[in-house]
Amino acid sequence: MTDIHLPTTSIRITDEAAAAKRARMDLISSVVRYALLFGVGFLMLYPLIWLVGASFKTNSEIFSGAGFLPQSPTVEGYVQGWQTSTPYTFGRFFWNSFLIILPKVIGTAISCTMVAYAFARFDFPFKKILFGSVIAVLLLPNVVTRIPQYILFRDLGWLDSFLPLWVPSALAGDAFFVFMLVQFLRSLPTDMEEAARVDGANSLQTLVFIVVPMLGPALVSVCLFQFMWTMNDFLGPLIYISSVDKYPVSLALKLSIDTTEAFEWNRILAMSVLTITPALVVFFAAQRYFIEGISAGGRKG
Amino acid sequence: MRSQRFLGYAYLAPYLIGLVIFTAIPFLSSLYLSFTSYDLMSSPRWTGLSNYQKLFTRDRTFEKSLSVTLIYVFSTVPLKLAFALFIAAILNYKLKFINFFRTAFYVPSILGGSIAIAVLWRYLFSTEGLVNMAIATLGFGPVDWFGDPTNALFTITLLRCWQFGSAMVIFLAALQSIDKSLYEAASIDGAGKVTTFFFVTLPLLTPVIFFNLVMQMVQAFQEFNGPYIITQGGPLKSTYLLPLYIYEEAFKKFNMGYASAIAWVLFAIIMVLTLVAFWSSKKWVYYAGDKRS
Repeated sequence: MTDIHLPTTSIRITDEAAAAKRARMDLISSVVRYALLFGVGFLMLYPLIWLVGASFKTNSEIFSGAGFLPQSPTVEGYVQGWQTSTPYTFGRFFWNSFLIILPKVIGTAISCTMVAYAFARFDFPFKKILFGSVIAVLLLPNVVTRIPQYILFRDLGWLDSFLPLWVPSALAGDAFFVFMLVQFLRSLPTDMEEAARVDGANSLQTLVFIVVPMLGPALVSVCLFQFMWTMNDFLGPLIYISSVDKYPVSLALKLSIDTTEAFEWNRILAMSVLTITPALVVFFAAQRYFIEGISAGGRKG
Repeated sequence: MRSQRFLGYAYLAPYLIGLVIFTAIPFLSSLYLSFTSYDLMSSPRWTGLSNYQKLFTRDRTFEKSLSVTLIYVFSTVPLKLAFALFIAAILNYKLKFINFFRTAFYVPSILGGSIAIAVLWRYLFSTEGLVNMAIATLGFGPVDWFGDPTNALFTITLLRCWQFGSAMVIFLAALQSIDKSLYEAASIDGAGKVTTFFFVTLPLLTPVIFFNLVMQMVQAFQEFNGPYIITQGGPLKSTYLLPLYIYEEAFKKFNMGYASAIAWVLFAIIMVLTLVAFWSSKKWVYYAGDKRS
């Protein structure tokens, strides 16, 4: 607020000594601010830096000092961790994660776009109630529907397959994304769409050729968030996937903790680093979309 | 326009199908199951209120789990939001490197609930871990983070507070959208920085505070990965949050009826608190006309 203060206060305060005092106070407070931000930033990032460093340490060195630089760097953790104690390597588990993520992200993008289009551009009976149900689903704790969903998937014979992880998302089950896209679409002007309609385009053509291109950045956010959440998802696979050959990386990491942790620390840390790498790479490559997406979610509709 | 009235439903179809099959029906059947005994082998057997009776009168584990969950939520959510708001307020000054800081603070939220971070937490807080090394340099003895019931829950609270970034980004976006002329007006009226913050900034932030509060609360009540990986609910069930209890009853012991009853109690608590938040929001959430959208 200081920066906003200054122009008006300089009118009020004519006394030079007071102005000097104010400048000194501003300097002190900005030093305090930077110190605080760097301190917090350090606390935020050091654990991650340590994780990366420790993954190159020998097992005996991991608990011997707080520094992150390994004294005798080794890739032993990566080599042995990658092999795992199962017949499969971590490559298999990354492939499984990919097989879960790709259809899920595509299904989410298509279904949520359709549904958002319906809410933002059409009038139909019970629209208000149905949009209310999107908010209700958004706030509904998954814990209350999980057990019957499990029973349903068991009856369908879908257990130990990726279908329970794909299908609900492909039916616009992630209300957060529907909500986000509706908000975004409502803020876009409709004249392009009207022009297209006048030119004889039907609603589907308008959606595909006019609306989807305009939705671009919001759709990218949706895909990125879904990618990230699915990559991190643990409880879903834990409940539905039982064969090791279908494990995604989150389950595989838990498995390697259970089987090797007592002594082989660097393997666990090395595989932890690998499992967060895709998410970090995607985040740094497309940061803007994350920040915009999450900020848009907080805005009142 | 007449045909358009129902055309909307064509695009809505995926959502409607999903809503019925994966939300509405499961929602109601879990309520039904909570009044039954069901082990997945034979069909559900109606037992009336006996699940709930057992929960509230004879189940010591539930009692413990419920109180731990409430302590966890009511400590984590305010701490996390206060910290997020504090940092957002500092970042809102015209500072250099603001994008760098915003990114640095947001990275932990991105990795969020991942198992890798929970694993990292076990290392950081183990007896010979990084946190105890840091404490030792300040002259304190090693703390038994996972062996002591009070400390164990605190490590999970700290993990979630470490992920204050997404709440902070929302606060920061709201702070940056505040009309600067309001500050000038306050300053002309002689308001100091602290007064301005509490009487100008904070009221304008109430909509996002409300949003963050509800979202973080619903999320905190469903915390699973942290305690499951870091502490396995121990020691002495001090981190045995309700979602852990539900998971074990449902998917380890296959007591689907009993687990559904616990889930419904948890749901009822979340719903009541959400409704209280919505209801009370009329009194404390300030919407500045239609200017913002």
